[in-house]
Amino acid sequence: MSDITKQSLTELVENIKNKKLSSTDVTKAFIQRSEKSSELNAYITDDFTSALDKAKKFDQKPNLDLKLPGIPMAVKDLFCTKNIKTTAGSKILNNFVPTYESTVTENIWNEGAILLGKLNCDEFAMGSSNETSHFGNVQNPIDKDLVPGGSSGGSASAVAGQLTPITIGTDTGGSIRQPASFTGIVGLKPTYGSCSRYGIVAFASSLDQAGPMAQNVKDCALLQEVISTYDSKDSTSINFKRNHYSKELTKNIKGKKIGIPKEYRVDGMSKEIEDLWQKGIQYVKDCGAETIDISLPHTSYALPTYYIVAPAEASSNLARYDGVKYGYRAKGENLIDMYEKTRSEGFGAEVQRRIMIGTYVLSSGYYDAYYLKAQKVRKLIKNDFDEAYKKVDAILTPSTPSSAFKIGEKTNDPVSMYLNDIFTVPVNLAGLPGISIPAGHDAKGYPLGLQIIGKAFDEQNILNIAFAMEEKINFKNKITDWWIK
Amino acid sequence: MNKKNTEYLINRKDNQYEVVIGLEVHAQVLSESKLFSSSSTKFGAEPNTQVSLVDAAFPGMLPVINEFCIKQAIKTGIGLNAKINKRSVFDRKNYFYADLPQGYQISQFKDPIVGEGKVILDMPNGQKEIGIERLHLEQDAGKSIHDLDPQNTLVDLNRSGVALMEIVSKPDLRSPDEVNAYIKKLRSIMRYLGTCDGNMQEGSLRADVNVSVRPKGSKEFGTRCEIKNVNSIKFMQMAIEYEANRQVDLIEEGKTINQETRLFDTKKNETRSMRSKEDAHDYRYFPDPDLLPLEVSDKFIEDLKNDIPELPDDKKKRFIEEFKLSPYEANILVSDIDTAKYFEEVLAKMGKNKDIKLAVNWITGELFAVLNSKGLEISQSPVSAKNFAILINLIKNGTISGKIAKTVFELMIDGDKDPQKIVEEKGLKQQSDPKALEVLIEKIINENREKAIEYKQGKEKLFGFFVGQAMKASGGKANPQLINEILKKKL
Repeated sequence: MSDITKQSLTELVENIKNKKLSSTDVTKAFIQRSEKSSELNAYITDDFTSALDKAKKFDQKPNLDLKLPGIPMAVKDLFCTKNIKTTAGSKILNNFVPTYESTVTENIWNEGAILLGKLNCDEFAMGSSNETSHFGNVQNPIDKDLVPGGSSGGSASAVAGQLTPITIGTDTGGSIRQPASFTGIVGLKPTYGSCSRYGIVAFASSLDQAGPMAQNVKDCALLQEVISTYDSKDSTSINFKRNHYSKELTKNIKGKKIGIPKEYRVDGMSKEIEDLWQKGIQYVKDCGAETIDISLPHTSYALPTYYIVAPAEASSNLARYDGVKYGYRAKGENLIDMYEKTRSEGFGAEVQRRIMIGTYVLSSGYYDAYYLKAQKVRKLIKNDFDEAYKKVDAILTPSTPSSAFKIGEKTNDPVSMYLNDIFTVPVNLAGLPGISIPAGHDAKGYPLGLQIIGKAFDEQNILNIAFAMEEKINFKNKITDWWIK
Repeated sequence: MNKKNTEYLINRKDNQYEVVIGLEVHAQVLSESKLFSSSSTKFGAEPNTQVSLVDAAFPGMLPVINEFCIKQAIKTGIGLNAKINKRSVFDRKNYFYADLPQGYQISQFKDPIVGEGKVILDMPNGQKEIGIERLHLEQDAGKSIHDLDPQNTLVDLNRSGVALMEIVSKPDLRSPDEVNAYIKKLRSIMRYLGTCDGNMQEGSLRADVNVSVRPKGSKEFGTRCEIKNVNSIKFMQMAIEYEANRQVDLIEEGKTINQETRLFDTKKNETRSMRSKEDAHDYRYFPDPDLLPLEVSDKFIEDLKNDIPELPDDKKKRFIEEFKLSPYEANILVSDIDTAKYFEEVLAKMGKNKDIKLAVNWITGELFAVLNSKGLEISQSPVSAKNFAILINLIKNGTISGKIAKTVFELMIDGDKDPQKIVEEKGLKQQSDPKALEVLIEKIINENREKAIEYKQGKEKLFGFFVGQAMKASGGKANPQLINEILKKKL
């Protein structure tokens, strides 16, 4: 089988289980392709040698009852991995090697998967283009000098470019769904509390959630099934009955009510996106579901609310990177001088900007006007969804207001960059699950995604809708391997 | 006692000033593990050996509430007659310091676990009620060590994350003596509850002391200064004394007092400015998004209430009613839980027909003296409650006299010996045989004929002389009561 890397996760698992492929075959194929793909800059750290060792070990005594038997997989460099450098895309953690494993990655290895390496991302997951990474831009496999989106840009690029069969990212305001949309893949942001945050470098604790990124919906469902577990080590982890998402996956969505929120028809939205959305509505109807116009009246406040809540939490979460205990330390005249130099040199511009915003909105005298007000609005946004879900089972929106843009195009305009997350951010604020599936191409041939938002803990339902739509859309990603010489 | 006489006032020329004090007591929760991690809290371990990844704030580490600490805080709240809040919130208090690994302390700001309460102080001029504003849970920081290395500050994170209860009083205290009584009362209550060991040497109990002064009779509060982190009652008293006088001097000189945080220098016995109000940290408190609001049910609180032992105030009341003790005696016995335990054990071992008063006198007299001289706590008493009870009974039933009992007690200390055996082995049994004593007394009267006549003629003082002679002749073992009776008859 020459085209191992073109296979989906589901196919690879099947082939390994049927002994048509060994873990070593598969691992070798993805390593070779990854090695040829350095121009994408998807990896920060690779672990190829030990991955191959693990694959060989797996093949000697294969446990084929596992869900990810001998499947190689690279993960976003925001997940702490034992004895493997974990940088969060930042200079300040450039030399940080955890002695512990995140719960989510632990779950993956327990099901037989093998770590290929750590994937590039925006620094501390703060960015929408992967341009804030200390380790450089990531190229979008779709086209040269195109951003893959962010913050899980390396993850999206690696899946779309077939450097890994599947991956996990994290999503605080759209960091899984937006890059999935930009690279023509599937990305799921689970319900807040579904996947443990233990061992994930924190950005904004009340919004962060890990999730799968895959070539198709079924693969996505399988990985979600593996990573979503209750974890007593995370106080915000929720103990609810989790489905066998991949087994229970069905295309039968007849009679489902899908809400179409009018507030997502934002000013200046391109016709391409509008058309995509209309097509999406038609697909849903073709699947036997019903669409209903709904209103989420506080949608326009979501982005400003997010840019208060997330930086506030980040400013506090990132206080631990002070040069005292681990990570980068600059020399200083005294403690304060050391702090200032360490953090000025160790953090990039976007992270510093958000720390400053966060510090400002929490300061006495501003707290009530910003942070407290934002919390109130956040509650209203959640109420909007609660109201809507009295009438509908899920909500369909575009994933992003545009297709992928060129590297450097928005780096000097943070607000325009932030606007990328306009459709994804409300979902994080409300703690709901959302999935982005590739649904078409724009005039330039770049992929565009549609987002399905579900009720809390109702991942199965949005996976089913995505699964049904996927068949109707029949999306083909245009990967030309332009970066391989 | 006249209340006026005990009022603590600072006098200057024609003016008198009242001192207003409020305390923020930091009491370490008695628990095996820390507030948000499973690391040990044991005192005195090698530096940085009791530090988990959570305590050292490694990336991706998350706090998980230790339920036992929650129970301890609620129990303490119940002991302080305080309102227990069914919903409380953990907030982050943000500031940078080398011994604060997270860059924030997890504390409770707006919604503490315990609300308003009160404690009663027994002062020489009567009881005084001190209001409790609140009690909240928070993490301790690590320890910065500046004097081990000439160039560097070293950090020990063993304390990092240890649970503290911050107990905030209302500004109801008016003198160093009341502060002394207040701290002792808090410590007593928490030791009864087993929620804090109150060990000030090990830093389990520290306080920030807020001091202000105002002209006597004024209703307005003066500008206060906060003296940070004072770790003994004596230092608290010294700091208040100094600080109150400093403030009064400023007022007398027509100057103003700056609201500021001050530090007490124990060597120089003075307070010094640490930072002014303008330089105060902006802690940027906000609810910790890693922790959900803490909600406790009525049943949870009720179960803890049922678990509360008899506390010092109730015990005192009972001792007075049941054992007919004076309030003073009862106070001494209840203020320390181990003393109360010892006392009650002695009473239990004494059986029926016990002389409680005698036991009290011996505990507060002889036993306390021995403990004092040996520097021991009552829990380490060299004489067990059982043997102590036997000794008291030996006095009570006349087997030995009080005087001989002191000798026996001396002998008991070494190895907790059974007083009964000592009395037998050393032949210290009291002579209570009236016939033998009559013979002895007749002999003495015969030997001192002239003095006997003088006595009969009215020189009554000589009675003591005959008692002394009789005791001497018996080797101190004669029953003094019997001697008295027989002498009166014979003379």
